[in-house]
Amino acid sequence: MIHPHPGWIDYAVIGIYFMFVLGIGVVLKKYMKTSADFFLSGRSIPAWITGLAFLSANLGAQEVIGMGASGAKYGIMTSHFYWVGAIPAMVFVGLFMMPFYYGSRARSVPEYLKLRFDEKTRGLNAISFAVMTVFSSGVSMYAMGKLLQLLLGWNFNAAIIVSALIVLAYTFLGGLTSAIYNEVLQFFLIVIGFIPLVFLGLKDVGGWTGLKARLGNDAMVHSWKYLGSPNSNPMGVEWFGMLMGLGFVLSFGYWCTDFLVVQRAMAADSMTSARRTPLIAAFPKMLFPFLVILPGMIAGVVSAATMSGKTNATAASAIVSQSAASDGITLDGGKGIIPPKLDEHGRPEMKDGNAVLDYDLATPMMLVRYFPSGLLGLGLCALMASFMSGMAGNTTAFNSVWTYDIYQGYINKTASDEHYLWMGRAATVFGLVVSVAAAYIAREFNNIMDVLQLVFAFVNAPLFATFLLGMFWKRATGHGAFCGLLSGTCAAALHHGLTLPTGSVPGVKGAFLGTVLHYYPSEMAQNFWTAICAWTTCFTVTILISLLTKPRAEAELKGLVYSLTDRPKDEAIEWYQKPVVLAVVVLTALLALNFIFW
Amino acid sequence: MGFDIRLPIGLMFSVFGLLISGYGIATRGDQMYALHSLGIDINMWWGLAMLIFGATMLLLARQGRSAK
Repeated sequence: MIHPHPGWIDYAVIGIYFMFVLGIGVVLKKYMKTSADFFLSGRSIPAWITGLAFLSANLGAQEVIGMGASGAKYGIMTSHFYWVGAIPAMVFVGLFMMPFYYGSRARSVPEYLKLRFDEKTRGLNAISFAVMTVFSSGVSMYAMGKLLQLLLGWNFNAAIIVSALIVLAYTFLGGLTSAIYNEVLQFFLIVIGFIPLVFLGLKDVGGWTGLKARLGNDAMVHSWKYLGSPNSNPMGVEWFGMLMGLGFVLSFGYWCTDFLVVQRAMAADSMTSARRTPLIAAFPKMLFPFLVILPGMIAGVVSAATMSGKTNATAASAIVSQSAASDGITLDGGKGIIPPKLDEHGRPEMKDGNAVLDYDLATPMMLVRYFPSGLLGLGLCALMASFMSGMAGNTTAFNSVWTYDIYQGYINKTASDEHYLWMGRAATVFGLVVSVAAAYIAREFNNIMDVLQLVFAFVNAPLFATFLLGMFWKRATGHGAFCGLLSGTCAAALHHGLTLPTGSVPGVKGAFLGTVLHYYPSEMAQNFWTAICAWTTCFTVTILISLLTKPRAEAELKGLVYSLTDRPKDEAIEWYQKPVVLAVVVLTALLALNFIFW
Repeated sequence: MGFDIRLPIGLMFSVFGLLISGYGIATRGDQMYALHSLGIDINMWWGLAMLIFGATMLLLARQGRSAK
């Protein structure tokens, strides 16, 4: 058993962190005078801050916990989610798409769709986005409550309510600025909290060479070498699905169109800063695999007691096997320090004679394994910071879309600015209340959440085709975009409904339409191809319908479409700060990383 | 924006640094370091590193203010 006991010092560290988070909200309150201050930070934030916030808003639980889990399962191949699945799209959005988002003065991504296409395209995007953000915030809250309960024996309700109240307080008071400032704080906390973890873990296993030897599986330490066929790598995907599905459709769909991240760039103080935002974010993003994937990989190969000779035998057994009455986590049947998954009766879940591992606990177990009291508080702060930054990101994106695109768009078009500021605050409260409710729904009905997330995936998959055509083809029309989005979503559902990953039961995992036309080697491969299918359908249908419908006058599209917009000029900044230069540096470093870990 | 983010960051990490490195010095040689952190007094060392980071941030914030 491992059962960590945080000491007073750990609680002191957590308490101080909460005070700073709230303090930032309180200090910023006096700057929130207009709705533009609240929703857009008055477009006044320097690029390095929006850049780190751009990264941190996405750095939710999914990343810290999920990427550690994936590292434990698949090894260094997980880095594709960064090097293929993020950086190229971040460079693209900075260089080519930001001029339209920032230059059109749209206040949100759905509003850009309204300017470029029409009301119905915007409505579709705004409503689906608003629902999605609130629910994903709830899912992340649920994950946090469950984790803290399991790991530290904290009360599930208290963990959820306290974190929701803190996020509510600072986003309510200081709006987007407060969320962004806290995201920067959280960024440093996560980096500074995880560096010693990676250091101690690597030192324990004997560095990268030692880790390779202990893993004993060459496919775990190469990112490309085994992508030739899905059968030879643990992810069960092949290079084409990886490049097109993850690298193109999913990654560009997320980084280039998701308002959660784009909103950070829109708050920048100038066009150049807005364009540099994702490029600045790309530098740390590129290195994050070392911070979040390595702990997961290490967790699978170390034991609960320190192996280096200094360990006192009785002390070692104290941390490994506590009294049977303790509600700690059992490692029997686990792998390394990754415990087995327990069913509702507290027995390990079995599949094919082996215990199913609870990979989501890989990174948290590393924290309690390697951090003594003191640093443990810092590590827990980093963990909570990642949950809270994800929640706050969702909340601020939700209140903007709700207020500007739904409330001002359809319910009350001509209220005073003061009223919209008030509505933004009300939406913050409302959004968080619904998120908390969603967290409890997730706890009670796990399946409902799986279905919802599947539906969201269907809605998101085609989005990038719409934006790509909207920004780079002036002939694309509103009817075309709307039909494209709908048909893309249907195509995704259809593809998912007719295919199945091998070994899965029909249902949420696929084949819900009754027949199976194709079996995929893994769930991931199926997801990638669902996305490819949705994107291609949306792309084709948008073009066809656009050609059949009446185009808009070119004068109306100035500033919204590439061929009708002046190239952005960089303000007087040093050559090395220019977006193009940053992009070249990022891409070169990216190639080098892929080469080293190929 | 009139409020420099480097100020709270610098302040928080300075406080963390002082607290954790102080705790590390006070608990030097404690069994928990052998148990968890391979015998390294990680609290003291990482606490000092955080203190340096925090102080640097505060210094930058101060320079930023006098530049205005």
